Amino acid sequence: MRVTCVVNGETRQADDVWPGESLLYVLRERLGLPGAKNACEQGECGSCTVYLDGLPVCACLVAAGQADGRTITTVEGLAPGTGEEQLDRVQRAFLATGAVQCGFCTPGLIVAVHDLLARDPAPTDPDIREALAGNLCRCTGYEKIMEAVRLAATS
Amino acid sequence: MEFLRPSDWDEALAAKAAHPDAMPIAGGTDVMVDLNFDRSRPTALLDLTRVTALTDWGTDGDLLRVGAGVTYRRLIDELAGRVPGLALASRTVGSPQIRNRATVGGNLGSASPAGDAHPALLAAGALVELASTRGTRRVPVTEFFVGPKRSVKTPDELIAAFLVPARPGVEQFAKVGTRNAMVIAVCSFALALDPQTRAVGTGIGSAGPTPLRATEAAEFLAAELPWETRGAVPAAVRARFGELVGAAARPIDDVRGSADYRRHALAVLARRTLAWAWTDLGGAA
Repeated sequence: MRVTCVVNGETRQADDVWPGESLLYVLRERLGLPGAKNACEQGECGSCTVYLDGLPVCACLVAAGQADGRTITTVEGLAPGTGEEQLDRVQRAFLATGAVQCGFCTPGLIVAVHDLLARDPAPTDPDIREALAGNLCRCTGYEKIMEAVRLAATS
Repeated sequence: MEFLRPSDWDEALAAKAAHPDAMPIAGGTDVMVDLNFDRSRPTALLDLTRVTALTDWGTDGDLLRVGAGVTYRRLIDELAGRVPGLALASRTVGSPQIRNRATVGGNLGSASPAGDAHPALLAAGALVELASTRGTRRVPVTEFFVGPKRSVKTPDELIAAFLVPARPGVEQFAKVGTRNAMVIAVCSFALALDPQTRAVGTGIGSAGPTPLRATEAAEFLAAELPWETRGAVPAAVRARFGELVGAAARPIDDVRGSADYRRHALAVLARRTLAWAWTDLGGAA
């Protein structure tokens, strides 16, 4: 099966896709975009969060064929260029506050926070916790992550 | 495995008729888990996300008809005033990422006794609209579930929509779990009070082989509530209502909780939701 979609602004095509595989597998293994992480494969951890037609979703729960003709933005697509000064404000805030430990949950959190701040430029702490309820950090670095979101909201 | 992608409802029904073994997939939040973990290998996936008719909602006479493909996110954003109990339940589904994809149609299709939408649909007296190339039928949700993960839906049918009264009464929902997100209910309870008809609706989740109603509890409460005066609900009535709800459950001991705990917790949820709903109705605390 062939899947064609717009990923980070570019039309991309994947061939020989097995109909039961996930969008996450297509992104990581077929399109060379390893930013979204593969962990729980059941929507629990949020490490694979990407935008699908503008809404954050768990890429592990989207069938590859469902992404055909759709628009996807991964964490790789948030920064306009490379280099720290070109990073999105959410990425810069995570760096500045040290909200990264092992780093595995970070890409999913960055996308989830990016979406939160697009919807709500000044979220309260309970709003932040609710918006990030689907992203697990097993290093338990949540306090730094909260700091990063507060910083990103004001930068 | 085949990937079937009908572009409209007629094509979807024709595809299901031709491939009755095909697994319908909308949000994918149940179906993809089974695929990712090798728990199921359907002969085909039937992708319903291109069927725009499934994502519509609107009134149908005295009823509100909500397409099976409306996501929990949209139920919360667009329909909180029209399906208040279901919207409360929707807020407890998974996480924002899950609510952006998952649908009530999928919840009904999975027919898990723990499905978060089911108690609210039971309390509201919902109908489930099933369709096939043979025609369309509307089944009371009270008759929809026949066993754990089993429903009256036949292999050639798809879930088109659910329908609830267009003018809801007061509805409440509560769920017990280990955290506020990403939790399969230990048990859950939905309550609907209709001041016009003085009827009480109930729904019990995750405490029986199917989602259940607490019929005796509902009849008791409907007879005992001070509908006219809106005075305080007597403590003995609150307690008895809780007992009857607990007694209506048919729970088992499992990894999420014991049967005894579930009965106890349901009695507590029943009393709490009653207090909230009565206050919502302007009743005395």
